[in-house]
Amino acid sequence: MSGKILLALILGGATGAVAGYLGSLMLSKRMALVGGALGHLTLPGIALALLYDFDVSIGAVLFLGFGMLLIWYLERVTRLHLEALTAVVFSTALATAFLFLPEEETDIALLGDVSRITVTTAVITVAIALGIFFMVRHIYSNLVLIGISSDLAGAQGLDLRWHNAVYLICIALTVALGVRIVGGLMTAALLAIPACTARNVSRNLGQYAAISGAAGGLSALAGILAHATISVPPGPSIILASGFLFLGSVYLKVRRERADRI
Amino acid sequence: MTDNQPSILTVQGISVSYGDETIIRDLSFSVAEGAVFVILGPNGAGKTTLLRALLGLIPYQGTVTWQTRNISYLPPQEFLQRQELPPLSIEEFFRFKTRDVDAVKRMFAEVGLDESLLQRPFGALSTGQFQRMLIAWALVNDPDVLLLDEPTAGIDVGGEETIYTLLNRYRQRKPLTILLVTHDLHVVWEYASVVLCLNRQQLCMGAPQEVLTPQQLQALYGTGVKYYEHHHR
Repeated sequence: MSGKILLALILGGATGAVAGYLGSLMLSKRMALVGGALGHLTLPGIALALLYDFDVSIGAVLFLGFGMLLIWYLERVTRLHLEALTAVVFSTALATAFLFLPEEETDIALLGDVSRITVTTAVITVAIALGIFFMVRHIYSNLVLIGISSDLAGAQGLDLRWHNAVYLICIALTVALGVRIVGGLMTAALLAIPACTARNVSRNLGQYAAISGAAGGLSALAGILAHATISVPPGPSIILASGFLFLGSVYLKVRRERADRI
Repeated sequence: MTDNQPSILTVQGISVSYGDETIIRDLSFSVAEGAVFVILGPNGAGKTTLLRALLGLIPYQGTVTWQTRNISYLPPQEFLQRQELPPLSIEEFFRFKTRDVDAVKRMFAEVGLDESLLQRPFGALSTGQFQRMLIAWALVNDPDVLLLDEPTAGIDVGGEETIYTLLNRYRQRKPLTILLVTHDLHVVWEYASVVLCLNRQQLCMGAPQEVLTPQQLQALYGTGVKYYEHHHR
């Protein structure tokens, strides 16, 4: 196994695992598609990074920050729904990206690329992923409680604004890490599919969070191995691996439900 | 409870607005320790808004002074999400509040729930079981004050009786001040030590026997209200 692939596996595994873990908090009606929208928001940043030869995650996070501030400002001014504004901003970002994106780099921006990973990039990515993991673990229960009832959580003394801000920052950072391996089009899948897989086979919150993280990490590893062995683009192969795991979880769920009925 | 009981909550000149609309105007009252303080009023009177303001969940003008920080709250059912949640077990839900499993089991027994339900998914309880579970959750860390907002909405009469009976039984063993939002006059007669009649502003306040006259009820609800007074407390 080449050093580059090993680096890709380390970086991809860490990114996939933390995306799956965080995605387990996003499996609700409002949040399921936000990851996708945020992925699209990163595209102008990726385009600039490819044009001026700097790290795609840095370009992604800069545009995510800008996009989220813009959405926040527009929501205050227009009082339109967050989802509607996200759609407006991400479509505009997508159009802007295609204006600037060099044609030969389009695949990299849209489908991901693991061929340019350096040791420094891998180390920084793993460190950020670990930081996100510990932060999310710290607030995981509180976020679930906020999901049940923000009033109940507020009455418990939880600072809702702080929790929501940390949650959004973690999502933004995870998306910025994720676009490197799956591109700007499929980040929603990186976040959502492992959570759906875990939902099918877990009986409680502890299992759900752990399986979601494991499914995310495993999909990334399998996808990158497929990329290395049969030269398919990394993004689609990671998402396909995630899709196969999901199908496996559907089979297990059906089998368990049949067994429960007997 | 006597008039000499110290106040656990003092509210002075509280007003709440949503945009240009004033929901509560210039309300002042205090709640004595150990009281069952019922906030009574028609729909849209600002009862839920008042509780949320008292808890600091929404912005308000005026002052709210609590003499304790050990406060529990049970929001109305529509403020609680039971579906579209991660696969959360009841036991895990209690772990958000306490790690004392024995205390949780004791509280489950107290509200008449079997402890086997702790392993059930959060969304899998019946409405009555769910509400009793929430009361157990609210009481599990022995709060000084419990705020309840329409705790029996959607529950049949038998279940309603059970919830108030168990709260009453709990109060006989442990000191607890209750602030209860309801529009159920039967509950007011049966359990309230003080009633605050609210329709965006204070219309009356005092012991139910003293303030809940047919005229006051007409002023509160804007229509004739049929009621009968309980004398067996």
